[in-house]
Amino acid sequence: MGLALLLVIWLITLIGSYFIIAKTWWLPVGASAAAAGIDHHFTTTFILMGAVFIAAQLALGWFSWKYRDRGAGSGPAQYSHGSTKLEMVWTILTMILFIGLNLASESIWATERFETAKPGAVQVEVTGMQFAWYFRYPGPDGKFGATKPELEDASLGGAGALGLDPTDPAAKDDVITGTMVVPVNREIEVILRSHDVIHSFFVPAMRFKQDAVPGLAIHMHFTPIETGEFEIACAELCGLGHYKMHGIVKVVSDEEFSQWLAAREAEKQ
Amino acid sequence: MVSHDSHAHAAPQGFIRKYIFSLDHKVIGLQYFFLALVAVFAGIFLSLLMRIHLVWPTASLPFFGEIKPETYLSLLTMHGTIMVFFVLTTAPQGGFGNYFLPIQLGAPDMAFPVLNMLSFWTTFLGFLVLVAAFFVTGGAPLHGWTGYAPLSALPSAGPGEGLGADLWIISIAIFCIGALMGALNFITTTLDMRAKGMTLMRMPLTCWAWFVTAILGLLAFGVLLSAGILLLMDRNLGTSFFVPLVTVNGVLTGHKGGSPLLWQHLFWFFGHPEVYIAILPAMGLCSQLLSVFSRKPIFGYRAMVYAILAIGFLGFMVWGHHMFMSGMSPYTAFAFSIMTMGIGVPSAIKTFNWLGTLWGGKIRFSSPMLFAIGFVSLFVVGGISGPFLAQPVLDIYLHETYFVIAHFHLIMGVASIFGIFAATYYWFPKMFGRMMNEPLAKTHFWLTFVGAYAIFMPMHYYGMAGGLRRYSQGTEVGWIHKLAPIQQFITFAAFITIASQFIFVFNLFWSMKKGEKAADNPWEATTLEWTTATPPPHDNFGGITPVVHNGPYEYSVPGAPRDFVMQTDAPVAARH
Ligand code: HEM
Ligand SMILES: [Cu+2]
Ligand SMILES: [Cu+2]
Repeated sequence: MGLALLLVIWLITLIGSYFIIAKTWWLPVGASAAAAGIDHHFTTTFILMGAVFIAAQLALGWFSWKYRDRGAGSGPAQYSHGSTKLEMVWTILTMILFIGLNLASESIWATERFETAKPGAVQVEVTGMQFAWYFRYPGPDGKFGATKPELEDASLGGAGALGLDPTDPAAKDDVITGTMVVPVNREIEVILRSHDVIHSFFVPAMRFKQDAVPGLAIHMHFTPIETGEFEIACAELCGLGHYKMHGIVKVVSDEEFSQWLAAREAEKQ
Repeated sequence: MVSHDSHAHAAPQGFIRKYIFSLDHKVIGLQYFFLALVAVFAGIFLSLLMRIHLVWPTASLPFFGEIKPETYLSLLTMHGTIMVFFVLTTAPQGGFGNYFLPIQLGAPDMAFPVLNMLSFWTTFLGFLVLVAAFFVTGGAPLHGWTGYAPLSALPSAGPGEGLGADLWIISIAIFCIGALMGALNFITTTLDMRAKGMTLMRMPLTCWAWFVTAILGLLAFGVLLSAGILLLMDRNLGTSFFVPLVTVNGVLTGHKGGSPLLWQHLFWFFGHPEVYIAILPAMGLCSQLLSVFSRKPIFGYRAMVYAILAIGFLGFMVWGHHMFMSGMSPYTAFAFSIMTMGIGVPSAIKTFNWLGTLWGGKIRFSSPMLFAIGFVSLFVVGGISGPFLAQPVLDIYLHETYFVIAHFHLIMGVASIFGIFAATYYWFPKMFGRMMNEPLAKTHFWLTFVGAYAIFMPMHYYGMAGGLRRYSQGTEVGWIHKLAPIQQFITFAAFITIASQFIFVFNLFWSMKKGEKAADNPWEATTLEWTTATPPPHDNFGGITPVVHNGPYEYSVPGAPRDFVMQTDAPVAARH
């Protein structure tokens, strides 16, 4: 039985670790400025925690076999209540490992979340509602127009869905789309809102996730560094259509972005 | 210490007083156990339907017919709620704790037998109310076991959010009341009812675990109860604790000024301690079993006690790690993440001590021991993913993916269920006077152990690749759609693992009638339950009051006549 435990535990450990080391299923290629640092920290954590995982499982299998009851002829079990010294050693070692690992990643967290977007960042307001995302650009005046809940009507799409107030001059040039278009290598300031329940704006390639909470306007930022189309999915249970609340971030060159935005504004005239 | 006589009561006559409205902690323990058994099969059944739907979305299923996205979410909500409350909180604490805490402490019953009876029947009522949610118009709620507001607060937010959601909240509120009564009883019993010589530091680690679990319950369930009441008020009385000004489908809801994050804070202030409520009894029991079946004293008894206390204490300071992406201040996230990594330390200490207990032992592979060793393996793999999730930088990506599902199922779901299985195989002889069938038990172990890994290991990969939880279909999102083969594999693994649970049920009921007659101390263990008759008499010790001379884990003491010294035997000069 001890041998069976050893074999099964070791085999599970081997197979389990194989798929991680082989990266059979892995994060998508990173496409934002933060991705490299985050991925690097992923790897560090995998190496350290993986070592602990493998060591503990190997020891568990090994001890189960080595210290099996070998029958009457063999000596008694060791009579020991433990060792305070060992206890201190592994307490301190794990403390250093866990806290150290954590502190090593906090500078990335600080850049992503303590710091706000720099002046000159491209502003996009992202609004979630059951079960769609809307994106709004402030237009040439750089100001988002007022919205009013009582004006909301999703069947009108765009401005109607957001409840944009036509009497507000700042609202006149606002551009509202169903696809998020952003320029590459520029910082994007995302302002997250929700009309109804909590949604979560998740773009795996950007290593970006943030809940959109009704009643709050949450300011976040990220910098795409690759052009292309990247999928968005909702990551917070928001109702029956949660699984299909997805969208696209289209990252284009700076010129393309300006042209695209100008064309959208022209359409409004 | 209070005189024991004040708690003794005469053995009841008549079926109803003896088995239904019993005051005997042993009967109540069994009632909790069987409630959890019914609940776990209900929960498993729901998960089976979910697994089938994920792989064959158009299949028509028993009771539910064709599964719509909202039905899937109802299954998910009820699965989680049943498992967390009526299985993982009910069996280890209400069931085995009730049965064995008084006996292991040398007490004739719980401190408050009537309260004990009430707490069981309250819990039972809570279960009925929860199940009723399936049968009302709109069906069961779809807001998940965490019930985030405003989704859970607005009847218009989705099917199931009407009466079904009210019943869900009421059920949880009732459960909280039962759990609070239970917690008071456990705490008082541990502090006041210990036999002569049973000092705190001679208590088995199981008792420590039940004691600290009860303290966590007392502090956590009160908060959940209040949160539940506020949520009910938001839903039915027009208050706005958790709901700001929102529209659903463009229609104003009439609420104003509430905070959705407040619900999350209150919920997780309960929710994180709750995960320890589910696991601590299993930790205590497995510590016990590793010592019994290695024929060795537990490695670092004091360290184990301090670790349990540290986990209980720190457990109340880490709830924000569920909210890194919620819009909570990023500075708070920093603090919560440091505290969370801190709580990993006592968990790691326990793992080291378990390995240290095996080291140099003389291991007997009886079925309870297999489950205890399996528990350690599962606890390690589940514990390893914790430090990923505890770092906000990594949680940005991992939050709400299947990686979280893998983490908590392994460490809280399967590990505590292994604790429940281990407890059943270990204490069955004492509870029913017969042994369970060993070959069946071992078959059950191997299938469940390998099966659990086959189900939950791949969920890490699914989550690493970005697969999101609470998705009734992965077809709509490109990167999730590609991961479908993993879901298929998991569903097949679940079929086999679930099927093998019938071996356990068969063994359980068959052995009650046909099992080999058990001796009073079949495992040659040292704690007080093994000093009394099998099954124990109404007052537990047949009129004798046990006197304790030894610690709980005196195995292989040099010079002792047997390889175990019972707690009531003449004192050994323990080294520590
Ligand atoms: C090393 C120790 C542990 C650490 C560092 C840790 C960390 C975490 C973190 C940070 C999360 C949140 C992940 C997210 O939602 O993004 C989480 C989720 C969870 N953990 Fe742990 N954990 C540990 C041990 C445990 C234990 C012992 C249990 C239960 C016995 C447990 C049960 C859970 C549950 C149930 C959830 C998910 C709840 C949900 O969202 O439905 N964890 N853990
Ligand atoms: Cu959603
Ligand atoms: Cu937690």
